[in-house]
Amino acid sequence: MFDFLDLDRYDLFGAFWTTVQLTVYSAIGSLIWGTVLAAMRVSPVPIMRAFGTAYVNLLRNTPLTLVIVACSQGLYFTMGQTLGGEGTEGIAFRLAVLGFIVYTSTFVCEALRSGINTVPVGQAEAARALGLNFSQVLGLVVLPQAFRSVVPPLANVLIALTKNTTVAATIGVAEAALLMRDMIEREAQLIPIAAVFAFGFIVLTLPTGLFLGWVSKRVAVKR
Amino acid sequence: MSKAASVLYDAPGPRAKRRNILISVVFVLVLAGIAYWILSALNDKNQLDAAKWDPFVTDSRVWTTYLLPGLQETLTAAGLSLVIALPLGAILGIGRMSDHWWIRRPADVIVEFFRAIPVLILMIFANQAYAEWSNIDREIRPMYAVITGLVLYNASVLAEIVRAGVLSLPRGQTDAAHAIGMRKGQTMVHVLLPQAVTAMLPAIVSQLVVIVKDTALGGALLGYGELISNTRLVAGNYSNTIAAYTVAAAIFIAVNFLLTYFAGWLEARIRQGRRGTGAVLSHDLAEETQAGGAGIPAPTLDKGAGLPGGDGGPAGDGPAGGGPAGGGPSNAPGGGGGPGGGGRDGGA
Repeated sequence: MFDFLDLDRYDLFGAFWTTVQLTVYSAIGSLIWGTVLAAMRVSPVPIMRAFGTAYVNLLRNTPLTLVIVACSQGLYFTMGQTLGGEGTEGIAFRLAVLGFIVYTSTFVCEALRSGINTVPVGQAEAARALGLNFSQVLGLVVLPQAFRSVVPPLANVLIALTKNTTVAATIGVAEAALLMRDMIEREAQLIPIAAVFAFGFIVLTLPTGLFLGWVSKRVAVKR
Repeated sequence: MSKAASVLYDAPGPRAKRRNILISVVFVLVLAGIAYWILSALNDKNQLDAAKWDPFVTDSRVWTTYLLPGLQETLTAAGLSLVIALPLGAILGIGRMSDHWWIRRPADVIVEFFRAIPVLILMIFANQAYAEWSNIDREIRPMYAVITGLVLYNASVLAEIVRAGVLSLPRGQTDAAHAIGMRKGQTMVHVLLPQAVTAMLPAIVSQLVVIVKDTALGGALLGYGELISNTRLVAGNYSNTIAAYTVAAAIFIAVNFLLTYFAGWLEARIRQGRRGTGAVLSHDLAEETQAGGAGIPAPTLDKGAGLPGGDGGPAGDGPAGGGPAGGGPSNAPGGGGGPGGGGRDGGA
């Protein structure tokens, strides 16, 4: 039944490895850029808040497919930007990661901001009343509580990102969805092939969800 | 922006105000520098030439042949998907709340399965399945595939919304229904569901935003003639890639912005309503961040009218009103308790 799994012809593990790589690089990038955006959105400087709000609202109302395709068509084919990648495959990979970062960082930003908003104002007021200065209030009182409550939404973002990496197939990155399309077109084994790929994604997302769910329960702030 | 004191900083005094102005100036300069760099790069490649942008104003065929039909396809697919997914989602959601394990378990498995798999994989599968086992015409097969993929995925997301909607109702509703002798089914159909529908409306409308965005997947890989694949044609015909995608993005942003705004307006209206229990699901509950997989505790729900300060009204803050985790402390993630905190596999 699974004789279509000719691993010499179809690089199944390689495709899923590309999916994992896409996820990891994009996750790191969007965590950094999303944190910067969140810092802007909660900063006391109105113009920074405005920029952060505009960026988040524009990007998260744009389809990810459009972001990725525009990265490929606009940034590479029109502008000739290769992002330091080499070969079609390497360039497409980097462009995809850039697109994922640009898009996913908006959700990271919103998750972080909601985490900060769950800290009651009274916590900061009490800290100031004790005479702690700004960095102490932030570092000792507010952020430790915010980080803990931010685990579940961030975990959701990570899982959504893992699934979203399939969009990279639209610009020819050899990840799982593209391989699946190739395989079902060549082999007359639709159900088993689909089952293999479904299983692959469940293996990727389910343990992440269970683990981070466990972490979030452990670190939850009891209020 | 006269806002209540933030948890992060006090109302600025004279020194802080001076510093803020300085930071503002530096920030604007940096932004202007980046904008100049991008524009000059575009200019070097002649992407700012009037000839590339003119067709969108002067040539009506761009709109009548490509963009508007594309937008229509996008909205049709999104609308049909939502309409088909709603009843399926309601059945699955009610199934997950059943007292009988042989209804609950299968519903759990179906919902978790389809939420763990990327929509694109579902679409590719559906496309091939229709090709092999049905005689749907080649021309419209991609549309069937896109809608099938979206329905399978969104039915399971909507199942969670339905469940959260029913659970957001005050417990007294169930108790009262039982007290006057209603059976479980009657309680659900006559008491809980009608109220839950109101509570779910904002979340359903904002799920429509996610669906609209996901229709774009079908264009790129299956050849469905929706807005983005038509944009590609425009870009090819007029060789104005940057301009074409900018216009397409603007259309998507406008449509989704309107939907989100509508969802926020609905939420505020239901929250303040005199009728009903005032129970409502935050429209952010359906955001993409919530569409993850198993294992993440669901955010507990806002109860009633008391949205505790914090996030500003949904209408005031535009689409971003409220974080992904929703409003105030009652939404504090990670509780695991509370009505929506659900069992081992919450994750709204």
